[in-house]
Amino acid sequence: MSIDIEAVSKTFGSFSALSDVSLKVPSGELVALLGPSGSGKTSLLRIIAGLETPDSGRILFDGVEATNRQVKDRQVGFVFQHYALFRHMTVFDNIAFGLTVKPKKERPGKQEIKDKVHSLLKLIQLEQLADRYPGQLSGGQRQRVALARALAVEPQVLLLDEPFGALDAKVRVELRRWLRRLHDEIHVTSVFVTHDQEEALEVADRIVVMNQGQIEQQGTPSEVYDRPATPFVYDFLGNVNLFKGRVHEGTAQMGGIKLSSPENASANDAPAVGYVRSHDIAIERDSSEGALKAEVRYLLSVGPLVRVDLSLPDGGPIEVDLPRDEADKLGLKVGDQVFARPRKMRVFVDDYQI
Amino acid sequence: MQVGRVLKKHNQRGGGSTSEPAWVRYLLVTVALIFLALFLLLPLAAVFAQALDKGWEAYLEALKEPDTLSAIRLTLTTAAVCVPLNLFFGIVASWAIAKFNFRGKSFLITLIDLPFSVSPVVSGLIYVLIFGLQGWLGPWLQDHDIKIIFAVPGIILATVFVTFPFVARELIPLMEAQGREEEEAALTLGASGLQTFFRVTFPNIKWGILYGVILCNARAMGEFGAVSVVSGHVRGSTNTIPLQVEILYNEYSYAAAFAVASLLALLALVTLAVKTAAEWKMQQTVTVSEKER
Amino acid sequence: MAWSNRKNNVLPGFTPALGYTVFYLSLIVLIPLSALFFKTATLSWDDFLAAVSAPRVLASYRVTFGASLAAAVVNAFFGVLVAWVLVRYRFPGKKLIDALVDLPFALPTAVAGITLASIYSSNGWLGRYLEPSGIKIAFTPLGIVIAMIFIGLPFVVRTVQPVLEELDQEVEEAASCLGAGRWQTFRRVLLPTMLPAILTGFALAFARAVGEYGSIIFIAGNMPLVSEITPLLIITKLEQYDYAGATAISTVMLVVSFLMLLCINLLQKWSRRFAE
Repeated sequence: MSIDIEAVSKTFGSFSALSDVSLKVPSGELVALLGPSGSGKTSLLRIIAGLETPDSGRILFDGVEATNRQVKDRQVGFVFQHYALFRHMTVFDNIAFGLTVKPKKERPGKQEIKDKVHSLLKLIQLEQLADRYPGQLSGGQRQRVALARALAVEPQVLLLDEPFGALDAKVRVELRRWLRRLHDEIHVTSVFVTHDQEEALEVADRIVVMNQGQIEQQGTPSEVYDRPATPFVYDFLGNVNLFKGRVHEGTAQMGGIKLSSPENASANDAPAVGYVRSHDIAIERDSSEGALKAEVRYLLSVGPLVRVDLSLPDGGPIEVDLPRDEADKLGLKVGDQVFARPRKMRVFVDDYQI
Repeated sequence: MQVGRVLKKHNQRGGGSTSEPAWVRYLLVTVALIFLALFLLLPLAAVFAQALDKGWEAYLEALKEPDTLSAIRLTLTTAAVCVPLNLFFGIVASWAIAKFNFRGKSFLITLIDLPFSVSPVVSGLIYVLIFGLQGWLGPWLQDHDIKIIFAVPGIILATVFVTFPFVARELIPLMEAQGREEEEAALTLGASGLQTFFRVTFPNIKWGILYGVILCNARAMGEFGAVSVVSGHVRGSTNTIPLQVEILYNEYSYAAAFAVASLLALLALVTLAVKTAAEWKMQQTVTVSEKER
Repeated sequence: MAWSNRKNNVLPGFTPALGYTVFYLSLIVLIPLSALFFKTATLSWDDFLAAVSAPRVLASYRVTFGASLAAAVVNAFFGVLVAWVLVRYRFPGKKLIDALVDLPFALPTAVAGITLASIYSSNGWLGRYLEPSGIKIAFTPLGIVIAMIFIGLPFVVRTVQPVLEELDQEVEEAASCLGAGRWQTFRRVLLPTMLPAILTGFALAFARAVGEYGSIIFIAGNMPLVSEITPLLIITKLEQYDYAGATAISTVMLVVSFLMLLCINLLQKWSRRFAE
């Protein structure tokens, strides 16, 4: 089922959680809503589920207006951040709940429910834990039970609120890969909320980056990562260095570097900021065109990378991530004079500040 | 009475930097125990000792007295009316207060607690002022030959007033602590409002309900001041158990008075036992939900 | 967003639930209580003043509030001690004792009243030893204090106990690392933490004692001007068909209850000021 969100706004008191948000989720896709806390992503998810009502705007399921449809009639599966498992029911009863509350006419028979629950338990690989209570499960197991419970009613849409947020790092990575594979199997339209860029990049078909109640950019993971549309997206996805300068008719002047910036062709000597990812800077021993003189301030090995803190003559800091062998080749020491060459820079006019 | 009590934790220490010297510990425990023995155990023992002062036969004889039996009947009737009324109110009120946000919520909670802070005598008096002969509705009631004050309805009304907050004030913090995610989950799975309440909310609060009901019942059966104002003390017809105790005591039939009183003391002990059990159960559900967070 | 945010909440039944709550609350509590004020309003100011400030009435305030204050002070001290012992130390029968602390809540006041009276009367279990040494408790104001200690006993224990249980042991360890002795830690770290709870419990015990009737009248002796409490005076006036007098005094009592309730609410707000 496809979801259309049309011009949805929502305020809580004086706080504007969503302002005029429109979004299309095509049928069968796995979409990530990515943003910092307070960006409105959870509100949007809860509005899709019907757990909250928008102040204005419409929600359409498969092109049919569903804005005022009741939660219980929406056929959405919702996985809550803290799972919201029924603590007084066993794993089996939790998963069966949605089937047992159906009106008498639609309710499957006892055996049918049993079979269905067991096939779901198999899907989440927890067959032997059917009689446990939620309190006796680990976080990752609870998470999977919550998912199975949501899937039991064969929802048209699966909504997940920070599905991996409460898990430790290792389980988190395992589970998100599992979710990706699961989605490839069942192809139910899914939307999940996360503040973890890595998670979104790895799991989602499409990423919707949100900030302050608005959508900053949407696209495939590589589109969003490689071609951030706004300074916010640049900053939110990955480490970034800022260079201050000016831009005039498609040419930017950034602290001694001149580069072309065709998307700012209409700018007229405007203040601008250049964004460079920390792994898009090369460090060189010799001076050359387009490289900035800098001093090594600090070196730190982080696994396969070496993080180099540089400072420009004007005191501005630059962070560079180098592959370890490259760093070894350069033989950097604190206090060395080097030259930093941005390989890829994106220039934005205006005074967006981090 | 506070739900905070339920959230018990570790904190059993033997020694180290955060404990006192042994003699201080023994001294404190001893003083505390002497105080409690003097003020709790001694009165409790005294009730039963005095009740059995003249032997088992006299004890049973005192309980079989027709006036006493009728007092027991009236007390049971009163509790049977008051507890369900306040139970229903408690559940409804805590649903509105704990699961929703609205302006004036804390003021509403204060109002619900109000009967606890009013003197029992005043609680009785207000009903005399409304339904008594000199009261607002007195003349009208007299014309229609309806008796409320110095009759059973007055006793019930006064008892409903003094036991009003018990269930609600137990359930509100409990339901607030449980949040509303489980209910939302039930709704997304297609459950109706009633299904959600009976299959998801109720199992989580049943011990809290028992806790509130048992305290409500204890007070309903044991209320003295408020009932004493509205009852009129008509033997065999408007006497509850506590009033019967008073009458017997004032007539110097001490053994009989304590025999009847021992029933109420037993009720108190049962109440404490059930309350402790319910507290333990609630503590379990809350710890489980804490682990889940 | 008129006056609720239930638009943000999909759980059903808010309007009927709140409606019934307000309806039942008004019927059982608010309307009857307001009857008292309306009745009082029909008195002239002079009559009201005369009723609430007659010498016998003033004496009853003194007895009631004086005894309540004394009992609350005793309860504050022993309440902290009992809570401390229950939370911190192990000793046989602790669970039982812990459960029994609530006995005064569960034991009907009339039962407590006649029992205390019989224990402290001249041939009672304690009275027979105390009286020869010149301590008379039954039928004196001291008896009133004893009864009030009994009924107020659980309040301080039950407000302080959770605070002590929640207390992070690290705080005490930190204090001792910084060189504080045990007593200094108690006085400088633990006591300030417990203080709001102690005061709340104190206020609750005091408020309860002021209104108490059943457990006191049997032991008090009820001598006008000496050991007559205000609630009893209200009943006496009622029995003499002095409705105006009873109403006027009740109004004073009720206003005092409201003020106590306000104090307690403020105390609880204050005690949460460090909460996140």
